[in-house]
Amino acid sequence: MMRERYLNGLVLLLLFTVPLWALINDQPFTITLATRAAIFALAAVGLNIALGLGGLVSLGHAAFFGIGGYAMGILAYHAQTYTPVMEVPFVIDGTKSMPVIWLVAMVTSGLAALLIGLLSLRTTGVYFIMITLAFGQMFYFFSISWIAYGGEDGLSIYIRNDFPGLNTLVPINFFAICFTILCLVLLINGLVARSPFGLALNAARQAPQRVQTVGLDPQRLKLAAFVLSGVITGLAGALFADLNRFVSPTMFSWQTSGEIMIFVILGGTARLCGPVVGAVVFVMLEHALGGLSEYWHIYLGALLLLVVLFARGGLVGLIAGRGVAHD
Amino acid sequence: MTDPILATHNLQKSFGALKATDNVSIDLYPGEIHAVIGPNGAGKSTLIAQICGELKPDAGRVELLGQDFTQTSTLTRAKAGIARTFQISALAMEDTVLQNVLLGAVGAVGSPWRFLRPVFADKALHSRANDALQRVGLKDDAARRTSDLSHGQRRQLEVAVALTLEPKAFVMDEPMAGLGAEGSKTLTSFLDGLRDEAPILLVEHDMDAVFALADRISVLVYGQIIETGTVDQIRSSKAVREAYLGSDT
Repeated sequence: MMRERYLNGLVLLLLFTVPLWALINDQPFTITLATRAAIFALAAVGLNIALGLGGLVSLGHAAFFGIGGYAMGILAYHAQTYTPVMEVPFVIDGTKSMPVIWLVAMVTSGLAALLIGLLSLRTTGVYFIMITLAFGQMFYFFSISWIAYGGEDGLSIYIRNDFPGLNTLVPINFFAICFTILCLVLLINGLVARSPFGLALNAARQAPQRVQTVGLDPQRLKLAAFVLSGVITGLAGALFADLNRFVSPTMFSWQTSGEIMIFVILGGTARLCGPVVGAVVFVMLEHALGGLSEYWHIYLGALLLLVVLFARGGLVGLIAGRGVAHD
Repeated sequence: MTDPILATHNLQKSFGALKATDNVSIDLYPGEIHAVIGPNGAGKSTLIAQICGELKPDAGRVELLGQDFTQTSTLTRAKAGIARTFQISALAMEDTVLQNVLLGAVGAVGSPWRFLRPVFADKALHSRANDALQRVGLKDDAARRTSDLSHGQRRQLEVAVALTLEPKAFVMDEPMAGLGAEGSKTLTSFLDGLRDEAPILLVEHDMDAVFALADRISVLVYGQIIETGTVDQIRSSKAVREAYLGSDT
């Protein structure tokens, strides 16, 4: 377990120092890549709470990613066009303030996760996968038909949103925001995993019958994990939309859900920094191979296959070895 | 006479034409070990499932401390004080031994909604969990992964989890299953001392353990209680011999 802690520290240190190196060497694109990796990692940390701790194989997490993205898109769009988001029964104006946008993104994605979780958690196994996928696709097609916010073409935001005291248009500043949030969420994730809630949730994944017989409700535990997971992924969606200054239905697509899951599996399910490793490897492969061929996912698929077959604990498990869960 | 801690009244459960429990009335008094024995398929597991709330009876009642729990969930019954152990260990196998008993402690205190404080930092939970491990003899194995335990140790851990709950009644489904002679003897001795804490409804095939422990025995055959009595009464019952025990006991 010590080995995993060192590895986690090393991974975060790398993710922190590469943009600094890029800053010194005037490589803004590398900083953007690192920011992209940090945001993807954040989305995957969210899924890892549901999947790794709760055993909930959700193929609909793009719904929360997209809700976060559209929360940002809609608020920023109304701010830049000086039109209110709504006028009846009361006026709500748009905003360019990142903290406000994050809050809205987290609340809306949390509410969506609560609703989806309440319905989905009545099922298990493949039915749970299918129902979460179906919810994700519902949001996808809804966003396509939502002409007011760009429909299929999506929505462009001209200027990145504001954060008090920072010029967010400077890549390293925006990276610093994303990286800090990632570290905070990882800290919360680590604490949650070791808390009474994490202990009970982890047991609910392995032996729900046992959890019930000690007087705890496994369904409520899983629902809470699903909501927490949705909130974090929604926050990542808001940051992702801000990074690109663009939101589109693609954020809701099942491919996005699949990619978030790939980050988790590649890095290591239930491993604290597994999603970070998975996201970093994904972005590196995307950058290195994406220029060579548009079919670069074939190589990603091959890597994923190798990891699933030979490294069940993901890349982190391969390096750090088998660990006792959450000790 | 004192009131029973746990009681069933005319429990009935059918699966199609098969009557798995047929008017089963059983009770459990303070300080008592009441064993339920019977051949495979007699309805023992179905009876336990109805007592613990996993199955709803077609008719009849389940009472704990005189209160009707028939329509309540497993969760409510567990909170009310029924602690059960499983015939096939239902433990979090990836977790350590200590984590499994800590789960029981968290359940007993009813405090799973704490998100940021490490469970290991909670001294009250820790002390409750360690106490249970100490009592079943697993203190030295606290840091071991549960999947690495022997079958017998897993049975002990099942009991330890139940102990953390400080229940009103234990319902134990074949705790001796798969144990060797020595393990069975050790667990028998432990359960013997446990009855003063809470009475035990014991479903068991190990007749040596049953005869050593039980204050009363009920014999379940084809879903019906054919006899309830003391060890001597059951041993000498012609009906029980014919239906279950045979002539060697």
